[in-house]
Amino acid sequence: MKTKQNWEKESVEPVLKKVGERRDRFSTTSNIEVERLYTPSPISEDYLENLGFPGTFPFTRGIYPTGYRSRFWTMRQYAGFGDAESSNKRYRYLLSQGQTGLSIAFDLPTQIGYDSDDSHSEGEVGKVGVAIDSLNDMEILFDSIDLEKVSTSMTINSTAAILLAMYIALAKKRGNNLSKISGTIQNDILKEYIARGTYIYPPSPSMRIIRDLFSFCSENVPKWNTISVSGYHIREAGSTAAQEVAFTLADGISYVETAIKSGLDVDKFAPRISFFFGAHNDLFEEAAKFRAARRLWARITKTRFAPKNPRSTMLRFHTQTCGSTLTAQQPVNNIIRVTIQALSAVLGGTQSLHTNSFDEALALPTEDSARTALRTQQIIAYESKIADTLDPLAGSYYVESLTNQMEKEASDYIDKIDNMGGMVKAIENGFPQREIQNASYEYQKKIESFDEIIVGVNKFKIDEKKPTGLLKIDESLAKKQIKKLNNLRKIRDNRKIEHDIKMIKEAAKDETKNLIPPIIEAVSDYMTIGEISNTLRDIFGEYQEQVII
Amino acid sequence: MRKLRIIVAKAGLDGHDRGAKVVSRALRDAGFEVIYTGLRQSPEQIVSTAIDEGADFIGISILSGAHMIVAEKIIRILKKRNAADIPVFMGGIIPDSDIPDLKRIGIKAVFGPGTPTSKTINYLKNYHENDNS
Repeated sequence: MKTKQNWEKESVEPVLKKVGERRDRFSTTSNIEVERLYTPSPISEDYLENLGFPGTFPFTRGIYPTGYRSRFWTMRQYAGFGDAESSNKRYRYLLSQGQTGLSIAFDLPTQIGYDSDDSHSEGEVGKVGVAIDSLNDMEILFDSIDLEKVSTSMTINSTAAILLAMYIALAKKRGNNLSKISGTIQNDILKEYIARGTYIYPPSPSMRIIRDLFSFCSENVPKWNTISVSGYHIREAGSTAAQEVAFTLADGISYVETAIKSGLDVDKFAPRISFFFGAHNDLFEEAAKFRAARRLWARITKTRFAPKNPRSTMLRFHTQTCGSTLTAQQPVNNIIRVTIQALSAVLGGTQSLHTNSFDEALALPTEDSARTALRTQQIIAYESKIADTLDPLAGSYYVESLTNQMEKEASDYIDKIDNMGGMVKAIENGFPQREIQNASYEYQKKIESFDEIIVGVNKFKIDEKKPTGLLKIDESLAKKQIKKLNNLRKIRDNRKIEHDIKMIKEAAKDETKNLIPPIIEAVSDYMTIGEISNTLRDIFGEYQEQVII
Repeated sequence: MRKLRIIVAKAGLDGHDRGAKVVSRALRDAGFEVIYTGLRQSPEQIVSTAIDEGADFIGISILSGAHMIVAEKIIRILKKRNAADIPVFMGGIIPDSDIPDLKRIGIKAVFGPGTPTSKTINYLKNYHENDNS
């Protein structure tokens, strides 16, 4: 793609014909016409190699030729708490307020494969997300929500196979066409060992389950994104922006290699990978980070995996504003932080966005604070007009230089990881964990020496009243959930469960088998998350963390 | 003089360990002997580690909302094992409204988000002067 005219003809025109743009003419508030794309003139070889046109390699300027001029990013607020009934109510509320995709937060027992009545679950049921024990809860969670109309993202990793199996079982029960349901499972186990902590099994069987999901979904649930390779938690654990890009893409490389090893064609698999990053306060660095990540991934996939389909080299990503930047002090200030972070994500060309609620340093968001968070995105979309031209920061000496440096630093890290024998090895050696820990400690020291200022925390402090009106999870909920579970175990056909356990064990022991079909059978018989996970624990064992301080 | 020894533990299922690790490093740099347990420690495990290691303090980090139940259990087990003299403090996302209840059951101090590590360090260094309860 050598000239702008070429790009317009070959890339833009087909999109205009197919989906069009939001308006016939875009203009500023003062009625200056806003063009789709601004470029240098003349266009140099260097420009073509490093920036290119939106929708073309190396995708620095975005993955779609018309960007947000055709469609805004998906506004996808992560939510879930208590039991399935209360979360279902919140989802329906968010959808009624103009949210365009669902994002499910599960409680920790669900994420780590314990039933609500397990002793490990005590005090945790329904706390950081919704409690799901069986298909029964899933039926309630999606009550009155059309699975073919909504795309559902699930933050679930070590139990992703079970939760997706439940979603599939529910869709089948409702007579939905599996080729029409869409969504994402996070399913990124490597970052659980690095930063997030909800692992169950050791890396090798965990990667095997992921392999099984990849190959099952590519045949049966083609519109499902089977992995969301996540830098968000790496950043939240205290990494720098460059480390976030480096470790995330290094994880991504491992997953593509896994898929290829399992026999999947790179062009069938790579276009279904999505990524997930955090957005911090440093506006330009963050925008540069997203641009650098896109370019670096395009280059990596092209050289390492030689795909034929250009889509295989596209980095699509979700962004969430970084929770760790929120302050418990003067919490309303967090709305401003979230706005800056959201701007960086949109300027960086995110495909979907979650904006945090201002009260999240204190508790889970209330309905009111969740609405303000969604409104923040809507104001950026509809009022700020930053979405009317593509990649508006391109050509800024500063932003381009940051983009280059970010790519270089991340690329150097990836070389180092390659030399260690890949990301799984690096994790086993504690390398990324150590790098992140050092970065986070350095940052904390900067705050304490006033080298970094956090408004309301180490400067501009005030005496504050205790916050009121926070969301509190009803402690009686766990009892209710346990009662529901006990009842389920009585009324379901337990002979079927015996058989399901046998089938899962057999599949787990035989690497050549795919675990997903027996898990779908099991959840359809109302076998619970804890029962399935414990069955697999028997075969796979549990991961023991390497503690390094 | 013997170094003060502290157990820093992540209780419950919560995997947010950034704060626990930063506090551990800061305490170590301030001259404490720090034993960081890692994730998913049960109250029984935490108390056993503290007793086995002859700890002077137990620090619990928790962000998942399970703090009341975890705190109650730890204090109960400490009493049962005649180790109630080991002071326990907490950090993480803990609503202000829960702090009086936590103190009532025997948690000595709660350090919320944004607490400088210097504050925690000073508190522990001066503990025996400013709190003999």
